[in-house]
Amino acid sequence: MTEGDAVAAMLWTGVTAYAVFGGADFGAGFWSLVAGRGRRGARARELVDWAIGPVWEANHVWLIFVLVVLWTGFPSAFAAIFTTLFVPLTLAALGIVLRGSGFAFHKTARRLRGRVLAERLFGLSSVLTPFFLGTVVGAIAAGRVPAGSTGDPVSSWLNLLSVLIGALFVAMSAYLASVFLISDARRTGAPDLERYFLDRAIVAALVAGVLAVAGVVELHAKARYVYDGLTGDGLPLVILSALCGVVTLVLLRRGARRWARPSAVGAVVAVVWGWGVAQHPYLLPKTLTIAQGAAPKDTLTALLVVFGVALVLVVPSLVLLYMLSQRGLIEETAAPESRAPAEPVS
Amino acid sequence: MDLVIAHGLAQHVLPLAASDLGAARSQMAFTLGFHIVLASLGVAFPALMLIANYRGLKHDDEAALRLARRWSHVVAVTFAVGAVTGTVLSFEFGLLWPGFTGRFGPVFGVLFAIEGIFFFLEAIFVAIYIFGWKRLKPWTHFWLGVGIPIAGLGGAFSVVAVNSWMNQPQGYTLTNGKVTDVDPFKVIFNPAVPYEVPHMILAAYLVTGFLVASVYAVGMLRGRRDRHHRLGLLIPLTVACIATPIQFAVGDSAARAIANDQPIKFAAMECVQQTSTDVTEYIYGRCTSDGVKGGIAIPGLDSFLVGWSTSTQVTGLDTVPPDDRPPANTMLHWAFDTMVGICSVLIALALWLAFAWWRRRDIPKTKWFLRAVAVSGVAAVIALECGWIVTEVGRQPWVVYNVLRTEDAVTTANGIQITFAAVVVLYILLGTALVLVLRAMSRRWREEGEAEGDVPYGPTPGAPDPVAGEVVS
Repeated sequence: MTEGDAVAAMLWTGVTAYAVFGGADFGAGFWSLVAGRGRRGARARELVDWAIGPVWEANHVWLIFVLVVLWTGFPSAFAAIFTTLFVPLTLAALGIVLRGSGFAFHKTARRLRGRVLAERLFGLSSVLTPFFLGTVVGAIAAGRVPAGSTGDPVSSWLNLLSVLIGALFVAMSAYLASVFLISDARRTGAPDLERYFLDRAIVAALVAGVLAVAGVVELHAKARYVYDGLTGDGLPLVILSALCGVVTLVLLRRGARRWARPSAVGAVVAVVWGWGVAQHPYLLPKTLTIAQGAAPKDTLTALLVVFGVALVLVVPSLVLLYMLSQRGLIEETAAPESRAPAEPVS
Repeated sequence: MDLVIAHGLAQHVLPLAASDLGAARSQMAFTLGFHIVLASLGVAFPALMLIANYRGLKHDDEAALRLARRWSHVVAVTFAVGAVTGTVLSFEFGLLWPGFTGRFGPVFGVLFAIEGIFFFLEAIFVAIYIFGWKRLKPWTHFWLGVGIPIAGLGGAFSVVAVNSWMNQPQGYTLTNGKVTDVDPFKVIFNPAVPYEVPHMILAAYLVTGFLVASVYAVGMLRGRRDRHHRLGLLIPLTVACIATPIQFAVGDSAARAIANDQPIKFAAMECVQQTSTDVTEYIYGRCTSDGVKGGIAIPGLDSFLVGWSTSTQVTGLDTVPPDDRPPANTMLHWAFDTMVGICSVLIALALWLAFAWWRRRDIPKTKWFLRAVAVSGVAAVIALECGWIVTEVGRQPWVVYNVLRTEDAVTTANGIQITFAAVVVLYILLGTALVLVLRAMSRRWREEGEAEGDVPYGPTPGAPDPVAGEVVS
């Protein structure tokens, strides 16, 4: 394995982490948006706030990680992607601004109108951001981002394949989030919300499955290289992803919720790596390989060293954060009622 | 004075935004100018919060603990907004300047990767701290919080080191216009780091200190002279007053270093047209090709400040062709003078406080002191923006000093004017919403008063949670 491959793997690890943590976070926003204004919707939104409050910020640092590794390790790919896909990336950035500020403001807004507006912005941008990021992925997979020249600023990402992948991103986010929220509901002792998100997890899984199949069909027509990769070297991962999806559904139906989360995460991780394997060795299919696009050797080495340090420093801190959050040691907003009595404060 | 500004606007800003390059530069300047305030708060506010927290725990000081907790809520909001405006900047590296990142990303990118680690840690510990008031043990909670300002310093170092590198690029080899060899150590520890990094970190502490203190000064002017307001004024003000004189010394040596490292930037800051000795220092005045019109002239001072002697030679703008000189010379000169001027006035404020404290262990009695503190926050922000203008506009027309011109770094994509306009509207709304939300928080706290159980750590039994109205068992 060359250093370029190692940095590409590091990049992909970041993409995977963002797909899982950022995805679950976007999905939570999706459920907040569609929960409706009634009592039940309000409870669902309370659960979403309570669950993502402490972790949403850290979840999105992965995106910055991905951008930085991309421009440092593979600068020409970064420049090509951001030049051709100027429009969807600008819209994704807009979504990120609205989403973060919407979430930060909605708790503190005093008037109901302000709060509802902030919540809507948060929910809406939780759908738009992953959608536009999905269209970016679709454009790259289809080879519509040429290295060294500029692709069409509109048709590169506004086409059936990109739209399908954008929709798939939204569906997968919603699916992941609902599975996570089931166990969060369980943690707070709210069986009604458990059922609520169980129903939604099943619908989201089915929608994601349909979109995935449609996406593969469209890949066959428009992105032959990636299609061949997915049905070749990437096939085991594709099968694994589908399997994980089915297993998650079965587990959820049977009430064995403990393993549903890792299995849902597995479905997403497998599909992300499936894409990576399918595209290998290209960064931008058919015009730029990892070896051609890689930065000088010293830069790659420095990136790998930084990544090693990050593993030592950031991973334990993240584990601490998620652990404290899961054990209810850090929380601010109220969990939906009928929570198990809190441990006495020492 | 208005004429000068109007003239400057007509001459430089309007045609700027009309071209793609101009719109890209304006958008970058605008988003960075917005972010730099939030980033400063992100670096320094957690330190103030922890000072209050420490005081509260050590001296069993309820008012200090309440301040720490309230400040942590403010940090939560400003940090979130700072995180999104920071994310926008990392998008803009590609959206606006693919010619810069596409070429030099491998050189300066490592610093951003390091910054990524610090930002990650900061986000994690901010979350733990903010959400940990209720259930974590007090000292555990405090020590977990200490991670935040440390990560903030590391992050500030990495980001500002990138800017220093743009001013003093080194540590790479170009072969046929492509970066081939990189020496990360030379990149990270470039010659501008020793003065630029401390200058920015001190600026963050100075701005945050005066800004927070100004809020409590306004409260005290309105008659709220309780212990809560006194502490809320004194903690940030003390930090800021310590940072200010140090900042003046660091800034002074930075200016001297720039006279040597980037003589053209220095010449533009001081409106030096021709290289000569015994150069006059002008305070304000309009820069023209035949010297400074108006302003206060002090003969020989500029040479003296550069080399401690009036016979020091100062490089003039005439040493490079007009195309290689920074634009908006008068604005640049005014920005520099305003920054130095504000810092000098703030030092006077610091001395005033120090004198009163030395004599009576109290803040000066007169209302004029509180009035001065009340405007110090805005003044410090203006100085911060002026400093940023000096370093960024002063480096033009280069994005990487003497290596890559800004016009060669800009994107070929169309529609920057549209995104610039949208960004201005969006950020104005964002800024307004931020101020409204912070004011609403402060009003709510005031209505709740001190008796309402806003005391952190082990809330009194049965007290309603002030944030969510939840009953804690």
